[in-house]
Amino acid sequence: MDDLSRFKQTYFDESAELLAVAEAGLLRLAPGEIDMDEVNAIFRAVHSIKGGGGAFGFSDLVAFAHEFETVMDGVRNAEIPVSTELVDTLIRANDVLSRLLAHADDGTEPPAGTTDDTIAALRRFLGKTGAAEETPAPPPATVHADDEDDEAGIFGDALAAIQAARDDQPPPVAGPVPGGKSPGDKVRWTIVFRPKAELLLSGNEPTYMLRALRRLGDAEVVCHLDRLPSLRDLDAELLYLSWTVTLLADPRVGRAQIDDVFEFVADDCDIRISAEALPPAIIPPAEPAPAAQPAPVRPPSVQPAANLPEPVVPPPPPVAPPAPVATSGSAKPGDGAKRANGGGTGGDHAGPTTHTIRVDLDKIDRLVNMVGEMVITQAMIAEHLRDLPPGQFQELLEGLEGLAQHTRELRENVMSIRAQPVSSVFSRMPRLVRECAAMTGKEVMLVTSGETTEVDKTVVENLVDPLTHMIRNSIDHGLEGPEERERVGKPRAGTVHLSAAHRSGRIVIEVTDDGRGINRAKVLSKAIEKGLVQPGSALSDEEIDNLIFLPGFSTVDQVSNLSGRGVGMDVVRRNISSLGGRIGVYSAPGEGSRFVLSLPLTLAVLDGMVISVGDERFVLPLTNIVESLRPKPADLHGLVNKCDVIMARGEYVRLVHLHRLFGIPKAIDDATKGLVVLVETEDGSRLGLVVDEVLGQQQVVIKSLEANFRRLDGVAAATILGDGRVALILDVAGLREMSRHGSANSGGASAPTIPSLAAPADRGGQRQRQTV
Amino acid sequence: MSSSTAIAPVTSRTDLQPAGGIANGSEEQYVTFTVGSEEYGVNILAVREIRGWTPESRLPNLPDYVRGVVNLRGIIIPIFDLRARFGGGPTQVTKRHVVVVMQVGERTRGILVDAISDILAIGHEAIKPPPDIDSGLVDAEYLSGLYTAENRMVTLLNVGKLFAGEHVDQDAVPRAMLEPT
Repeated sequence: MDDLSRFKQTYFDESAELLAVAEAGLLRLAPGEIDMDEVNAIFRAVHSIKGGGGAFGFSDLVAFAHEFETVMDGVRNAEIPVSTELVDTLIRANDVLSRLLAHADDGTEPPAGTTDDTIAALRRFLGKTGAAEETPAPPPATVHADDEDDEAGIFGDALAAIQAARDDQPPPVAGPVPGGKSPGDKVRWTIVFRPKAELLLSGNEPTYMLRALRRLGDAEVVCHLDRLPSLRDLDAELLYLSWTVTLLADPRVGRAQIDDVFEFVADDCDIRISAEALPPAIIPPAEPAPAAQPAPVRPPSVQPAANLPEPVVPPPPPVAPPAPVATSGSAKPGDGAKRANGGGTGGDHAGPTTHTIRVDLDKIDRLVNMVGEMVITQAMIAEHLRDLPPGQFQELLEGLEGLAQHTRELRENVMSIRAQPVSSVFSRMPRLVRECAAMTGKEVMLVTSGETTEVDKTVVENLVDPLTHMIRNSIDHGLEGPEERERVGKPRAGTVHLSAAHRSGRIVIEVTDDGRGINRAKVLSKAIEKGLVQPGSALSDEEIDNLIFLPGFSTVDQVSNLSGRGVGMDVVRRNISSLGGRIGVYSAPGEGSRFVLSLPLTLAVLDGMVISVGDERFVLPLTNIVESLRPKPADLHGLVNKCDVIMARGEYVRLVHLHRLFGIPKAIDDATKGLVVLVETEDGSRLGLVVDEVLGQQQVVIKSLEANFRRLDGVAAATILGDGRVALILDVAGLREMSRHGSANSGGASAPTIPSLAAPADRGGQRQRQTV
Repeated sequence: MSSSTAIAPVTSRTDLQPAGGIANGSEEQYVTFTVGSEEYGVNILAVREIRGWTPESRLPNLPDYVRGVVNLRGIIIPIFDLRARFGGGPTQVTKRHVVVVMQVGERTRGILVDAISDILAIGHEAIKPPPDIDSGLVDAEYLSGLYTAENRMVTLLNVGKLFAGEHVDQDAVPRAMLEPT
């Protein structure tokens, strides 16, 4: 039973992926631009969910999926025209399917009537096409022969039966083909197919080959169980079966076509093909009965296929439960899709070998934690070795260097396991945009780019909420309605551009809209009205723009479903900064606004430079450091008695004394006696940090300060150094803020320069356009 | 503990005998400690451990009663200086000072005190309400009551409220930073 529940889990996992595939496909579906591959992919996804659901006896789910699938089938046969209404209904159906799956997963019954509305809506489309009111009937019989392959995803075998039910010409009825007496002018082939036991391991599926043979003519398939061991010795991953196929084919079917069937497995099996009439089997077939019993493992599952020609014609609806075994892990939903592209009848081979495994996230997290602790331990050892007399323990030191190297590589590799493309978040956005557009009555086009940018899973997960808020905000506040846009000479549909890119060890995500921009006068008056700003204070444009991040701020007078409760952007900013990220806004009136998020790639480990100021030590993220230098007195200049600037790399950079900022006693005040670390923030502005000393580079494990305390200005997080003491990890952009506003001000992220809005992030590779 | 020296004689750990025996239904146990000449108590259930002083890392731009942060077996906890909190200026720490590590809600934090003095079982009825102090003098919010042990007065603290102001603005953050380690 444990086994079965494991399969169930696999089924739910895979169904979740399939639902996502279907949803992504549905969202790309629009009247007039129908990509048949998409439509097929959606069909297959729904179909696979249905098939697996049948295996586990989720009858509600199967019934519903069937309705869904029927409509999709109509779409791909061009019987049902694609309309916005249809897409909406299908998306809703996808949601219902997802709910049904969730109920099945919980083991609860979905509330009665969950599916009624949607089923009714789906049937209306069928009605329109005249494709029979009498659903549930089998989908229209115009299924092409090679569709069989497309459908033969994970849950394949029931399909054969369904296919049999649909086929105009019923498959050859079982029972020995009259020996030697080939009807008409057909040629009789005898094919002995003895795959190696390891065939399945390479992802091949003999069923497909048998089916392909069947397509060449009337085939009689005999399965041999002679190699089948006793249940105790049976290895679930191995294939013990072999087959003899007697094929009565049209003379036009040549040897080459039969060879083609086995083209991809020729090395993994023993095939003999002969055109003479031979005794049908070389090895006497054993009784199939005992083999049917074993635990749900793969090889026996092949058997129904082998016996295919039996006249199993399940009554419609074709929800004949496939062998439950068919879900056994190794098959990937993607395979089906890939195979579909393979097309033709001959190339009917098993899908590409998958080199991926599913791993429980907890295991990876444990691994990451362990690596973190290892990094600390390694730093500790290094710290102690530093005290050894130099020159004496050369080998030990070399060994340690090697260890450091390996630790770094280990860390990077472990981190890359958790890395995920941001597309998993971006792909949710089209839907959001669609809904928001519908609610606000605006026309919105979402353009995304750089969705393959990879970032740690924890970061990806935490991006959903902020991005949702930001996109809603852009549509609700940023974009104008279509009429207003036309009046000001913009295209009716507004554009929201979502992009991601790696920049200097961080991920930068931008949400750009071409709307009206931030209405500064309104923002300011609202802020004054709410007491967030003193009346009469002179704020720069950027400062006004940044007021929208203040808690409780909202310019909308009426609370809408979308936004206006004033819990939007401040939550976004807090979420982002709790991830060690920053957010900035750039706006130009009438042209639009741009929100720029910058986040660390991982939340676990960081390459840092340990510096000391007074008795305190701090860690500067390596990605922020440009260089460190000891300035000569001549390099330093006072700027209107307010601050010092230093000439570095051809530009004047403001000096910031860390000890003044943080109030640290006993530190070096004179920059010429200490060191200046030239740092750069994400937006490219530079700063010279005056510190006492640079102690060395080190990987540090990021520890939360907020878990037990709270966030501090200028501090990104904390870490534990080799001696067990805590050091704060500095937030360079935050330091810059503090030094601008004075440390008392916990000010927002304001921007120094306003990069042009005219060039919204074009980097990030392929773009993807869609209209919603 | 009735000594009135500026820094009370440090009590060694072996003095930690439950003075009032095992608490019965109406009694609760309190850990008491000294800061200067005053004795304070906190509910023993809030106390996670008592550790010797280890050097802290200071945090910038915070009131002087936020002593800094230390590493408690891989997690980072803030240390509050109780003397400074009550307006007595920062404690000049020695190796004999003690940190009481407490669990306050979801957060773990330490308070720096001079010495642990006792564990008392105190019945509810024995706790006297704090006198009506002009709120300008003493912020009575965090005082949960007064108790007389022999002839000393023990001020019982409500640890939940003691540092409540510390994170008021941040507690609204819907999601605390993920702690990856």
